[in-house]
Amino acid sequence: MTRSFLPGLVVALGVLALGLVVAFTVGRYPVTLAELGDVIIARLSGRPSTAPAAVENVVLLVRGPRVVAALLVGAALAVAGTAFQGLFRNPLVSPDILGASSGAALGAVLGIYFSLGVLGIESLAFLGGLLAVAAVYIIGSFLQSRDPILVLVLTGVVVGALLGAGVGLIKYLADPYNQLPAMTFWLLGSLASTTVADLLPLLGPVALGTLVLLALRWRLNVMSLPEDEARALGLATGPFRIAVVAAATLVTSASVATSGIIGWVGLVVPHLARALVGPDFPRLIPTAALLGGGYLLFIDTLARTAAPIEIPLGILTAVIGTPFFIWLLAGMQRNWS
Amino acid sequence: MSLAGQNLTIGYSDRVVGRGLDVALEQGEVLALLGPNGGGKTTLLKTLLGILTPQAGEVTIGGRSLARISIGERARLIAYVPQAHVPTFAFTVETVVLMGRTAHGNLFSRPSAHDRMVAARMLEQFGIAQLASRPYTMISGGERQLVLLARALAQEPQFVVLDEPTASLDFGNQGKVMREIRALAGAGHGVLFTTHDPNHALRAADRAYLLRAGERIAEGAVGAVLTRELLEQLYRAPVEKLADPATGHTAFLPG
Repeated sequence: MTRSFLPGLVVALGVLALGLVVAFTVGRYPVTLAELGDVIIARLSGRPSTAPAAVENVVLLVRGPRVVAALLVGAALAVAGTAFQGLFRNPLVSPDILGASSGAALGAVLGIYFSLGVLGIESLAFLGGLLAVAAVYIIGSFLQSRDPILVLVLTGVVVGALLGAGVGLIKYLADPYNQLPAMTFWLLGSLASTTVADLLPLLGPVALGTLVLLALRWRLNVMSLPEDEARALGLATGPFRIAVVAAATLVTSASVATSGIIGWVGLVVPHLARALVGPDFPRLIPTAALLGGGYLLFIDTLARTAAPIEIPLGILTAVIGTPFFIWLLAGMQRNWS
Repeated sequence: MSLAGQNLTIGYSDRVVGRGLDVALEQGEVLALLGPNGGGKTTLLKTLLGILTPQAGEVTIGGRSLARISIGERARLIAYVPQAHVPTFAFTVETVVLMGRTAHGNLFSRPSAHDRMVAARMLEQFGIAQLASRPYTMISGGERQLVLLARALAQEPQFVVLDEPTASLDFGNQGKVMREIRALAGAGHGVLFTTHDPNHALRAADRAYLLRAGERIAEGAVGAVLTRELLEQLYRAPVEKLADPATGHTAFLPG
C-alpha cells in the first residue's frame, strides 16, 4: 500500500514527456521527432533551424502555444483539485466546487454578449471566477456554523446554481446565430484558439497560485484532519484555508478564462497521482502537477486529431472521467488511498 | 506548571453548556472527567484545549491566559488525543506521527531530521515502530489509539488531553492505554482524560471530576469521589460496588 516517491515521480515525468512529444508530433501536419528536436534545439541555442519553415511554424506558432497552455491548464487544475480535496477532507471534490467555473462562465458569456474582444472575454471570465469564490467565502463565513467546511461547500453549490441561471438567461437573450454558438463553444472548453498572447495572462496567475500551493503542501496533511485536530496540532486553520482557497481559485480562474470550462481534470488526476505516490500531500502536489500537464496534453491531442472537426475538451474529459469515476466508486470499500 | 480554568462558562454561540466551573490540572497527575452523555465533558475538554473560547472565566496555563498564547505555542504545551477515527486519506503511521511536529516548524517547513528522530522515538516508545510504513486506515483500533498517543507526544507537550481514549477498544487494549496514561504522568506530563467507565478512572487517575448537566457534582482524589453514592447521583442510576479484600481494590458495576 505504501508507495515510494521516486518511481511514482519518474512515471509522472514520463507521462508528461510522452504527452509533450505526442502533442508536438501528432496531427494533420505530422512532425518527426528529429524535426521537433532540431527546431527546439535551434530555438534554444539561437542558431537557424535546418527543418523546413512549415515545420518550424507548426511547432513554434501553431502547436507551441497550445501545448504550453494545455500543460499549464492541466497542471493548474490538478494541483488545485488536489489541494481542495485535502482542504475539504473529501476525495470527491473538484477545483470548481466553490463556484470558480460558474463565475467564470457567467463572466465569459457576458463578454460574448457585449461583443467584447478575446482579452475582454478572458478578463471577465477570470474576474467572474474570483468574484464568485470570494462571494461564496464571505457568505459562508457570515453563516456561523460548527462545520465551516460543510457550510462553505453548500454555499458554493447554491451560488453556483444562481450563476448557472445567469448563464442560462444570457444564452436565452443572445443572438442565436453569432453569439450563442460562441458561448456554447466556450462553455465546452477548447484550446484551439490559443495564441502566444494568451500565454502570459495564463502563466502569471497559474505560476503564482501553484507556487503558493507547493509551498503550503507540508501543512496540507494536517489540514485534511478534522478541524479541531488540525488546530490542536498548531495549524491556524482559518487563515490557512483562505490562503489555499485564494491560490486554488487564482489558478482555476486563470485556466478557465483561457480554455473555457474543462471539468474532471481536477477530480481524476489527483486520484491517479494518489495511486502513484500515495496520499501524502508533499509528494502528491508535485506529482499531480506533472501528471495533470501530461494528461491534458494527451486529451488535447485527442481533441484535435480524433475527428475531422475539433472535439470540445470538456466533452472528452467527461467521456473519460465518467467511467473512471464509476470504477472509483466501485472500489470505495477499499478506502481512499 | 498547571493548566487551570477559573469560573468557566462553557458552550457554543447558541447554547450555554455549563457555568461556574473550576478545574485545575498539575503536571505529573492524572485527572479523569466523568459524567453522563451530554453533560458537558467534551465541551469542557475543548475549552481547556483552547479549541473553544470560554464565554466567561479564563483558562490559564502556567499562570498565563490561554487566549493570549499563539496557536503554535499552545500546541507545544497541550496535546490533544481525539477519539480514534478513520481519516479521509490513508496516510502512513509515520506520516500521522510526524504531523505532531507541525508546531515545531513554520508554515512552509518540511519535517527536519530532528522531527523524524522524535517521531521514530515515539513509535519506538509505544511499541509500534513496525507499523511505521503501514497505512493508518489499515491498522486495528487499538493500534490507532497508540498512534494518536505517539503523535500527541511528538508535540513534546507539558499536558496531554484525551477524549475517551478507551472507547471502542477491546479489554486488553483498554488496559494497555491506561498503563500508558499512568506512564505519561510518571514522565511528568499532566494528563486529563474523559471516560464512561469509573473503573478506568480508578485504575489510571489520581483525581476525578464528576460533571452532570454542566455542573460539578464532586471533585477530588479518586478514592474519595468515586463512591457508590456519588456515582448514583452522577448517573441517576443504581450502582453496585465490589471490593477485593485481598488487594483492597474496588470496582463498580452498573445496574
